[in-house]
Amino acid sequence: MRRLLRRLAAAAAVLCAGSLWGAEAPPVPDTLVQRIAACTSCHGEHGEGGNNGFNPRLAGKPAGYLHRQMQDFQRGLRHYEIMEYTVAPLTDAYMREIAEYFAAQDVPYTRHPIPATTPAAMARGEQLVTQGDAARGVPACMACHGPNLTGVQPDIPGLVGLPYDYISAQLGSWRTDTRSTVAPDCMATVVSRLSDADISAVSAWLAQRPVPADAHAEPPGSVKPPLRCGVLGG
Amino acid sequence: MTRAFRWMTWLALSAAATLAHADDVERGKYLATAGDCAACHTARRGEPYAGGRIVPTPFGAIPAPNLTPDTETGIGAWSADDFYRAMHSGEGHDGRSLYPAFPFTSYTKVTRADTDAIFAYLKSLPAVRRAAIPDSLRWPYRMRSLMTAWRTLYFDEGEYKTDPARSAAWNRGAYLVQGLGHCNECHARRNSFGAMVTDPFLAGGIVPVQNWYAPDLSMGTHGGLAGWTETDVVALLKTGRSSKGVAVGPMAEVVLRSTQHLTDADLAAMATYLKSLPDRDPPPQRESAANARELAMNGQKVYTDRCAGCHAADGRGKGDAYPALDGNGSVTEPTGINAIRTVLSGGFSPATAGNPRPYSMPPFSQTLSDDDAAAVVTYIRQAWSNKAPSVSPNDVRAYRSTPGG
Repeated sequence: MRRLLRRLAAAAAVLCAGSLWGAEAPPVPDTLVQRIAACTSCHGEHGEGGNNGFNPRLAGKPAGYLHRQMQDFQRGLRHYEIMEYTVAPLTDAYMREIAEYFAAQDVPYTRHPIPATTPAAMARGEQLVTQGDAARGVPACMACHGPNLTGVQPDIPGLVGLPYDYISAQLGSWRTDTRSTVAPDCMATVVSRLSDADISAVSAWLAQRPVPADAHAEPPGSVKPPLRCGVLGG
Repeated sequence: MTRAFRWMTWLALSAAATLAHADDVERGKYLATAGDCAACHTARRGEPYAGGRIVPTPFGAIPAPNLTPDTETGIGAWSADDFYRAMHSGEGHDGRSLYPAFPFTSYTKVTRADTDAIFAYLKSLPAVRRAAIPDSLRWPYRMRSLMTAWRTLYFDEGEYKTDPARSAAWNRGAYLVQGLGHCNECHARRNSFGAMVTDPFLAGGIVPVQNWYAPDLSMGTHGGLAGWTETDVVALLKTGRSSKGVAVGPMAEVVLRSTQHLTDADLAAMATYLKSLPDRDPPPQRESAANARELAMNGQKVYTDRCAGCHAADGRGKGDAYPALDGNGSVTEPTGINAIRTVLSGGFSPATAGNPRPYSMPPFSQTLSDDDAAAVVTYIRQAWSNKAPSVSPNDVRAYRSTPGG
């Protein structure tokens, strides 16, 4: 009994010393999330997205898509200065690990405000998203991004829960050649067939749409894209 | 019999020549890496060494040419003599002077044996057809004849001369630093004609157009690397980080593409040489702004809220993850550019074989105002043992739109 007490006392002393030492210099956690403060400070610790229209949610987006975006920033196919600067010194393996971290996060979506939009524009947005515009060669968003617009593993991102500003900025950036990807860049083709009003309409309709109860990306191979896309292997 | 003997001799000789050639190619590849040739001679999405990266200079943009052995657009028609003349004398295939955006001012130190090896390596690459992009130098700089006068004033042609009073390691380090490494091309001031200042050597300067401060590399008193050991220098060049600081901006790219691939012996040699750079004069005291004290007091609040979690209240950082700011030459360099830009852009230290999953710093460009960023930079430049001049909100504004560079 006495031996047990002595042992307990010794253990307690070691623990106290440990925590005292810890109070002086808590060791830096050897975790990925600690390492990627440059990412999480804008996109959120779980990739939930910034509280603004421009730092998009990353959580739950397919890993292949997220990895590709970092590669595109690194190669100068997609332009946004702070992102290009941030990924410039990273290896492909590290970018893949970071992509997988955010892809695996599962956190609730936040709602973003949407600008006032006329019913006619909303109707046009809904038409483009759900049916496309065959006369202009525009496929429905759903044809690739899935019937619930939650994306398809491993390369097609979901379009739910994104702010109006982010969606319209991305569509606009294909138009201004500040966002592209490996050829054939099918999104560039689609956007080239949209008018400015179409971009506003489709962005507003997507942004107002409630996030479905199950917002996970569809399994691989569950859509048959109507266009050839480099990111899907051409 | 005689004929058979002749045949055998010929076979043996050509086999030896092939082996020697393969050896040259391998050595040339290593030397081209030490010279970081690909950094300029490879476009962002281009084939290695096929040229196309635009080198920005204060005089206009100069695209780096194609170094693959394509006859029409590359160096397919060049001889080893031509290549040596370019490296050693800064003259192109047509005999005209090259512009010093190509650092022949440093490469002139490279030995003939080494330029031959680099040439053999370049000739072994797959030929890529990629025509040169015309430069966009402004008048009068586009008049190449001006180079004659420039060379007279600023170009000392000549291979590296071994200093017999120094060790082999020191000489190897000096050869690499002064020659292929072309360190002084960034780590020195440039005069208004774009010539690097060579005396004092490696004493630090602003990298033109890219706008980062390449620090003084003396490890002596008042040196930019005062307090560093040779081990720290080797660690930074090999892994991108050391206990004294991390490689940021253009140096991160140098570590990624070039120095992490060098042998430990060569890195140690470079450190040996840098260790011998002389002490520096005390820096001329640029006055702090009149409101510097108030700035620093505001900055301390920002520091406590945003920075101390990683860099610690005493500015000593945390182990390998977060560098110390106290005594950090990139914090106290004369201009404040590096600290301002690092606060604004944050980022990762380079992901190298020795540090494949680096820690990182948040960018504060979206969360700190010009006033707050100037305050916190002023604070870290004057806290603890640091004694550098203050920076102003205007200084911060100047670098807001230039991440990366």
